[in-house]
Amino acid sequence: MTWLFDNLAMVGEYLVSHLALAIPPIVASFVLAVPIAWLANRVGWLRTPLLTGAGLTYAIPSLPLFIVLPIIIGTSARDPLNIIVALTLYGLALMVPLTADGLRQVNPLALDAAKAMGYTSTRRFLTVELPLAGPTLVAGLRVVAVSTVSLVTVGAVLGIPSLGSLFTEGFQRGIVAEIVTGIVLTVALALLVDAVVVLGGRLLLPWTRPAREERDHASTPEAVTA
Amino acid sequence: MSPISRRRLGALTALAGLGVVAAGCSTGNPLAPSSAPATGKGSGATVVIGSQQYYSNEIIAELYAQALEASGFTVTRQYQIGQREIYLPELEAGKIDVIPEYSGNLLQYYDKKATATDAAQIATALGQALPKGLRALTAAAASDQDSYTVTKALADQYGLAAIADLTKAPQPVKIAANSEFATRPYGPAGVKTAYGVDLQLVPVEDSGGPLTLRALTDGTVQVADLYTADPSIAKNNLVILSDPKNLILPQNVTPIVSAKVDAKAAAAIEAVNSQLSVADLQQLNARSVDEQAKSADIASAWLKSKGLV
Amino acid sequence: MNFLIEAFAWLADPTHWGGPNGIGVRLGEHLAYSVAGVALACVIAIPAGWWVGHSGRLRGLAVGISGGARALPTLGLVTLLGILFGIGLIGPMVAFVILALPSVLAGAYSGVEAADRQAVDGARASGMTEFQVLTKVEVPLGFPLLVGGIRSAFLQVIATATLAAYVGSGGLGRFLFLGLKTQDYAQMLAASLLVVALALVIDVTFAAIQRLTSPARFR
Repeated sequence: MTWLFDNLAMVGEYLVSHLALAIPPIVASFVLAVPIAWLANRVGWLRTPLLTGAGLTYAIPSLPLFIVLPIIIGTSARDPLNIIVALTLYGLALMVPLTADGLRQVNPLALDAAKAMGYTSTRRFLTVELPLAGPTLVAGLRVVAVSTVSLVTVGAVLGIPSLGSLFTEGFQRGIVAEIVTGIVLTVALALLVDAVVVLGGRLLLPWTRPAREERDHASTPEAVTA
Repeated sequence: MSPISRRRLGALTALAGLGVVAAGCSTGNPLAPSSAPATGKGSGATVVIGSQQYYSNEIIAELYAQALEASGFTVTRQYQIGQREIYLPELEAGKIDVIPEYSGNLLQYYDKKATATDAAQIATALGQALPKGLRALTAAAASDQDSYTVTKALADQYGLAAIADLTKAPQPVKIAANSEFATRPYGPAGVKTAYGVDLQLVPVEDSGGPLTLRALTDGTVQVADLYTADPSIAKNNLVILSDPKNLILPQNVTPIVSAKVDAKAAAAIEAVNSQLSVADLQQLNARSVDEQAKSADIASAWLKSKGLV
Repeated sequence: MNFLIEAFAWLADPTHWGGPNGIGVRLGEHLAYSVAGVALACVIAIPAGWWVGHSGRLRGLAVGISGGARALPTLGLVTLLGILFGIGLIGPMVAFVILALPSVLAGAYSGVEAADRQAVDGARASGMTEFQVLTKVEVPLGFPLLVGGIRSAFLQVIATATLAAYVGSGGLGRFLFLGLKTQDYAQMLAASLLVVALALVIDVTFAAIQRLTSPARFR
C-alpha cells in the first residue's frame, strides 16, 4: 500500500494510457465484426475462410504479433497503433464467429414477418436481426472487453506505457507491491469496462431483463465454441 | 475462440497464401521506423530524452534530464522504451534526442564484427559505427558490464578468483544469462577458447534481474551474468570473477545524442558523466531497488550532492 | 529481405530440427507443458464445475471466477510468480493452470446445466440416485461442452506457453526470445508459426473428439 500511495501519480498516468489503448480495439472489434459476420452469413464461400481465420488469429502469441505487425501496417515499433490493431484482430477473432452465430440464430419467423410488412433488407437487418442477436453480441463483447484490457499489458515489453509497465518495472527492481498493484488494477479496470458493456447492453436492449441476462451468461464463447 | 473443424481446413491453404502476400508487400527491418520526419534541428530548446527498459538506465536519463533543465532546456521524458531494437530506430529518426547507452554492446549492435576490446578503442570505433546524425558524447567512468559472478561460498570452496578457475568447480558448470549470451564473443564459446572453461547456458530472459540472481543464490546455477552496477552483487556478497584476457566488453555509460543537442546541452550532459563512477551508479541503483525511491528523487539528490544543480 | 519466406526457410533447414536445442525437442516440451497445465486445471475444475452445474450452488461464484480469471494479465502473473518461485517450471505452470481454469470450469458447469431437463427428470423418476443422475445422464450429455471448454483452454495455454522460456524453461518460446534478442526476426516468426501450427493440430484433434463424443444415442 505504501508503494501505491508514494507512486499514485505514475500509476494514474499508466491507468489513463491503458484505457486509451484498450477502448479503441473494443469498439473497433464490435463495429467491424457486424459487417464481417453479415458477409460471412451471406456469401457462402467467404464463411469458411473468415471463421477459420478468426480461429487461427487467436492462437498467435501476442508478443511476436506486436513486433511483426509494424512490417505489415508500416508503423514504427513503438506506435500505439500496433497494439490497437493487434488487439482489434484478437477482438475480431472472438467477435466474428459469435456475431455470425448470433445473426444466424435469429428466429426466421421474425424475419419473414418483417419481410411481409415490407421492410427493406437494410431496415430488416438494423431493426430486427441486429437487436434480436443483441444479447449474444453483448455476451461476446464482454469477453472481448475483459481480454483486451488484460492483453494491453503485453505492450509494456515494447515500451508502450500501460499498467503492464508496472510488471516490467516492478520485476526488474524486485518490487512485489508494484506488480501486485498492476495486476489488481488491470483486473479492476477489466471488470469496470465489463460493467459498462453490460449497462450499455441493458440500455440498448431494454427487453432483455436481468433474468435473461443471467441465462445468456452461460452461453459466453466457451459454451458457444462447443 | 472459433473451432476449426476439418471441413474448414481446406481454406487454410488460401489463408496461408494471403499471409505470404501480405508479408511480401513490405521488406526490411520490421522495427525500422516507417516515416522519419526529422525534427527541426537546433530549433527551440526542447530536448526529448529516452531510456531503456531498465531502471538503472532510467535513473541515468533522469540525471541528464535534470541537468539539462538546470541549464535552461525544456525536457520531454520518454522512459522505459524497450530495448535497442525499439528505441535506436526512433533515435535515428529524430524522435528522441538523447539516450544513455552502454559502449560495448552498442558497438556490437551497429558493427557485429567489431574487434575493439578496451574502453578507448570502443569509444573510437563507436564514433565511426554510429549512423549519420547521431554522435556519442564523452563516456562516463562508470561501466555497467556483463560479469561472471559466483557466490562467496562457491568461490571459497573451490578457490575461484578468475573465470579460468571455473575448471576447478564440479562439472558441468551452469551459467544463467539472457539467451543472446550464447551468441556474444564473451559467451560460452568465447570462454572455452580463451580459458578452456566448459559452460552450460541456462537462458533466463530478465537481463541479470531477480530471476537470474535467485537462480545463482539458490544453487540452480553456479555462475550468473550480472551487470556490474547491480547493487545485489554487494548486497549478496557475490564475487565477480576476473577476466584477465579482457574478453568481456566494457560498457561505459555513453550518451548518444541527435544533432538537436547543441554544445551547451552536450556540456550539461558531459558534466554529469564526468562525475559518474561505477560506485555512484551502484549507489543510485541501490536506492531504486532497496528504498524503492523514484528516479526523479534519486537523480535530484545525487546531482545536488555533486553540486551539479 | 522477406521475413515470412526467411521464416519458412529457417523451418525448412534440417539442422534446426535435430539435437537437444532443435525444433523437435522444443516442440515436445511446448506440448508437454501445455498438456500438463491443462490436465492440472482439469483435475481442479471438472469436479468443481460438475458439482456447481448439478447442485446449482455457488453458481455465481463459478461464473465470477471464469469471467474474472480472464482479466488476469498473463505478463503480471508470470513476473509475480517468477519473483516468488524463481526460475524453473513451477511459476509458469501455476500461470498456465490459472489461465486454463476458467474455460474448463465454464465447460464443465455449462455442460451439466445444459443437459436436457426431461432426460434428467426421467432419470430421477426411474429411481437413480443424485450421483447416478450426474454421472450417467448429466455428464455424458454435457460432455461435448466440456470438451469445448478444454479445447479453448488448450489453445490459450499453447499460445502462452512461450513465456516458460522467459524463466529458464524450454518450449518454442526459446526460439522466440533468442530471435527477439538477436534481431533474428525470421527465427522469431518461425517460432510463432510453429505455435500457431501446434494450436491448429490440437484444435482439429479436439474437433474430432467433440464429434465422436456427441451423445447422439441419447436423442
